[in-house]
Amino acid sequence: MIELCGVPLRGPVLNGSGTFDAIAARRAFGDALLERFPFHAFVSKTITLAPREGNPPPRLWETPAGLINSIGLPNKGLHGFLESDLPDLALLPVPLVVSVMGFSREELAELAAAVGERDEVAMLELNVSCPNVETGLIMGADPTETALAVERVRSRTSKPLIVKLTPNATDPAAVAAAAQDAGADAVSLVNTLKGMALHPRTGEPWLGGGTGGVSGPAIRAVALEQVAAVASAVEVPVIGMGGISTGRHAADFLAAGATVVAIGTESFRDPAVGHRIAAELEALSLGGSTRAPASTTV
Amino acid sequence: MSEPRTLAPPERRIAQVSGVERLGAYELITALDSSGPTDPRPGQFYMLAAEEGWGGGGDERPYLPRAFSYARARVEDDGIALSFLLEAVGPGTQRLAELAPDEGLALLGPLGVGFRPPADGTRALLVGGGIGAAPLLCWEEELAAEAQSAGADGPPAVLLGFRSAAHAQAAALFAAEPQVVTDDGSVGGRALVTELLAAELDADANATVYACGPPAMLEAVRSLCSEHDVPAQLAMESGMACGFGACFGCVVPTRTGYVRLCVDGPVLDGDLLEEVL
Repeated sequence: MIELCGVPLRGPVLNGSGTFDAIAARRAFGDALLERFPFHAFVSKTITLAPREGNPPPRLWETPAGLINSIGLPNKGLHGFLESDLPDLALLPVPLVVSVMGFSREELAELAAAVGERDEVAMLELNVSCPNVETGLIMGADPTETALAVERVRSRTSKPLIVKLTPNATDPAAVAAAAQDAGADAVSLVNTLKGMALHPRTGEPWLGGGTGGVSGPAIRAVALEQVAAVASAVEVPVIGMGGISTGRHAADFLAAGATVVAIGTESFRDPAVGHRIAAELEALSLGGSTRAPASTTV
Repeated sequence: MSEPRTLAPPERRIAQVSGVERLGAYELITALDSSGPTDPRPGQFYMLAAEEGWGGGGDERPYLPRAFSYARARVEDDGIALSFLLEAVGPGTQRLAELAPDEGLALLGPLGVGFRPPADGTRALLVGGGIGAAPLLCWEEELAAEAQSAGADGPPAVLLGFRSAAHAQAAALFAAEPQVVTDDGSVGGRALVTELLAAELDADANATVYACGPPAMLEAVRSLCSEHDVPAQLAMESGMACGFGACFGCVVPTRTGYVRLCVDGPVLDGDLLEEVL
């Protein structure tokens, strides 16, 4: 048993927000999903105050060892989430983390307060990879913007707060430190890296949203460096993610300073990959070799 | 009638390739799935990847699995033999087309919802374009078996359109004698399969239409069926990363907003769509 922000977890493997829909997965897999739930805590897709349809398709582009997505945060909005999704998510056999995003500090605080008061919710994750409409700045790209947003949310909820950091910042470690000083209980990283693809015939942007976010093994080395940099700049727990697809990769992120890890794109290839990674990690730690570097072979 | 959705085990598993049959432009890959459900519903699909050598092909891909409706399912003593029809058009299908007997095929499924039975008192009309013939194969088989046990007429009518004679070889997989046309006129007439459908509906519009094929064909089918007030079930395709509702990548626009083809489809009612894009 481990602990994250005071919440006991049966293991160190979470999912990244937006990479697993437990409600849809239950439609595909039935109750077997609950009996063999692949993560030790479940992080919801990001919810916003108003419902969102998401971006027009196409929304995906496969890259070498990765994926660019331009999904656009489709969700039912706060009320739809509380009424129709939260009761289903409360049935999951692991603690629930709800991811929220606001387009202003007040909107973010309002969401966090409304979600945070629900007993089914163990922790909140703030998705700050969006523009603040009041300043035009990406909240999570700037330490001051991040600190102001976290302070506002902190004053409205006592639930543990995780700040999801964007890698599209000049200095993610400075943003992490600002989040911590403003009252964040943990930070998670990395979110996707900005990317784009062009239509092979027209040369126009392929994705309906124009640009998207790159994820998967293609970004793992970048993510590992950012996790190491952030972990050495903060005292709070770090949730490390970015292209993890084996227990060895997870061990690398832990060795770099992460407290727990999250799996994202790899779950698209196999919904049970969280189990495999946890088992591989367990085998490595029993062998006493979690700190051995993964990538020394050529 | 409950929805035609057989649940999938919540993990990827390995099936052993048992047969590879070349059919002109296509390959029919058969693999023995010894731990999955033996009752997938026609129209459902599986996410496929080669167990070995998935990646490092053209453009250093593939990375993600690829979605395929199953074409045939045969229950055997030690599992179910699943057959998939595919054409090598990119790095993923290229690798799958190179699979050899005894290699591992990683699969997840069956996924999505399949075809529903014909509306009461209507005949089934199956309309396929190219590789879209695949899900119609197992559906034809099931409809024919049901018709036989009910003492009704023979198998349902099957209308198929292909690019060329090499592609049209897939028509031989059907039990009935399908009506076939091609873009180049090398087999059947030079026509679109929707011209065959129009003739069938003009002759007898008491039908339920099942269609799978490229978007332009599905749109023509949807529009024809709408004009004739005939129910249409369209098996659609969209780029998919996961197949189980996680990535939200495979949405198509409907009259009620975007739906994920992987969990709400891939078979959608024509009425639900303003237009197939």
